[in-house]
Amino acid sequence: MGEYKLLLANVEKPDSEKLEVYRASGGYERLRKALFEMKPEEIVEEVKKSGLRGRGGAGFPTGVKWGFVPKTDEPKYLVCNADEGEPGTFKDRVIIEKDPHLLLEGIAISAYAIGAHEAFIYIRGEYEYGAQVLERAIKEAEEAGILGPNALGSGYDIKITVHRGAGAYVCGEETALLNSLEGRRGHPRIRPPFPASKGLYQHPTVINNVETLATVPFIVERGGDWYASLGTEKSKGTKLFSISGHVNRPGVYELELGTPFKELIYDIAGGIRDGRKLKAVIPGGSSTPMLKAEEIEGVLLDYESLQAAGSMLGSGAVIVMDETTCIVKAVYRMAKFYAHESCGQCTPCREGTRWMVQILTRIVNGQGRMEDLDILLDMKDIMGGNCLCPLGDAALGPLISGITKFRDEFEAHIMTGRCPLGG
Amino acid sequence: MKAVVDRSFVSEATWQKIEYLMDRYPDARSALLQVLHAVQDEKGYLDMEAIKWIAKLFDLPPAEVYSVASFYTMYNLKRVGKYLIQVCTNISCMINGAEDIVKHIERKLGIKVGETTPDGKFTLITVECLGSCGKAPAMMINKDYYENLTPEKVDSILDSLK
Repeated sequence: MGEYKLLLANVEKPDSEKLEVYRASGGYERLRKALFEMKPEEIVEEVKKSGLRGRGGAGFPTGVKWGFVPKTDEPKYLVCNADEGEPGTFKDRVIIEKDPHLLLEGIAISAYAIGAHEAFIYIRGEYEYGAQVLERAIKEAEEAGILGPNALGSGYDIKITVHRGAGAYVCGEETALLNSLEGRRGHPRIRPPFPASKGLYQHPTVINNVETLATVPFIVERGGDWYASLGTEKSKGTKLFSISGHVNRPGVYELELGTPFKELIYDIAGGIRDGRKLKAVIPGGSSTPMLKAEEIEGVLLDYESLQAAGSMLGSGAVIVMDETTCIVKAVYRMAKFYAHESCGQCTPCREGTRWMVQILTRIVNGQGRMEDLDILLDMKDIMGGNCLCPLGDAALGPLISGITKFRDEFEAHIMTGRCPLGG
Repeated sequence: MKAVVDRSFVSEATWQKIEYLMDRYPDARSALLQVLHAVQDEKGYLDMEAIKWIAKLFDLPPAEVYSVASFYTMYNLKRVGKYLIQVCTNISCMINGAEDIVKHIERKLGIKVGETTPDGKFTLITVECLGSCGKAPAMMINKDYYENLTPEKVDSILDSLK
């Protein structure tokens, strides 16, 4: 357990984004192997065996997702979700900017595995530099005959297009992303039908996160069993963690799943800044319930251990808050985010996120009422599971965990009209 | 699908880009977001004239194009300053002092969040997570990222912009 550089093996090399550097370390040989030596269904089988799960946050088994694509002749599409909007998350950006060819190779192999000739990279609008890096990399690979028509001389066509978003968190949700890719408002769609049967332009579509797709070349190269030997019994492989907040060495680290939570915070990221004490940590992006310092004792960074602790692995975005952090203000700020990003389509989320902000504003401004806390906790039943997409549920993550775990801090704000920490 | 529009509304380079984009997708409508970006890149913002021109290009009602453009925060539907300062105030930046950065810029430029300096040089807004949480606090000015901000660093960045 601990650090393990698979996805991040190349990122520190000089000119790591260039094709010649990528090829010097065996780049695109996995694509060659896939196209010339493997049938698409064999690749799907290896990915199933690997135990790889969606690294964007939902954690759905990748091979199973691919298996839902019907074996028909209609056009199929692969979409790489590079929207990376979950607050606290900045891991995909490293791959995009520093190892774009690894991502392109993963996309090409995955497209072949599901029978798609066309793939799109939906990248958040703010990552314009990343989009340029990817466009240059696609051009390089097309000119070298690696991508494009008759990829590597295999007779298989693979076209990859970079599509920039324009600032909407909800477009990280896969059906909102598809609408955005079709040139529409990013409103999530009703499911079923699921994208695997009717996705982009109503054709079968697979949407996978950057990190997920960048893992595929290694599975093709070394086999699903090898990948499954990393990590724990149930959470297999490695995962990128973006750690931010009050630690000495924030950044992106690749760890074997199952690494102790405290090892990441205290060893790898250098511990809490200025010798202060840990107060709370959000383990998987702002949508995942926060844990108190004592709750991470003995917890491992994997799907099962974090779930057992009452939270989620999510996107692996660890936000560390020290003892000086006002939890009320943190919860208020996150609520504002969800209210801003609610697409407005479903009433519980549109209205609920706004109520949350109104009530929390009152509490932050010293005008809170004790019954406000129960109104906020009731949001769980009003908003939870009642919408087309999980944005409303995501908004509940910090709210419910914050109030439940730090109720005394909320009560102190209400009773004294001030922040006990002086914030 | 490309309707007849007045090509001279945009530069030749932007027009070439638009043609490329509209041919790149199985359905030209998919290029709408990219065309909005391209026109905004040239003009700085998207006024009704631009919305109508794009609508004609895509053979869509202007209201449809406006509804798409207004959904996404990165499209400026009103004129903004030469430099659009976008300070992230989301959680990781907030706990690393983003509010002080915002206050510092407000004082320095004599404007509030959402306002533009009288000379049209700077517009200040706050934005949601930029994906720079490991180098918080962070901001973007136009398309460039600036990270690990301190008030002193902000001063030197803003002073360097002509």
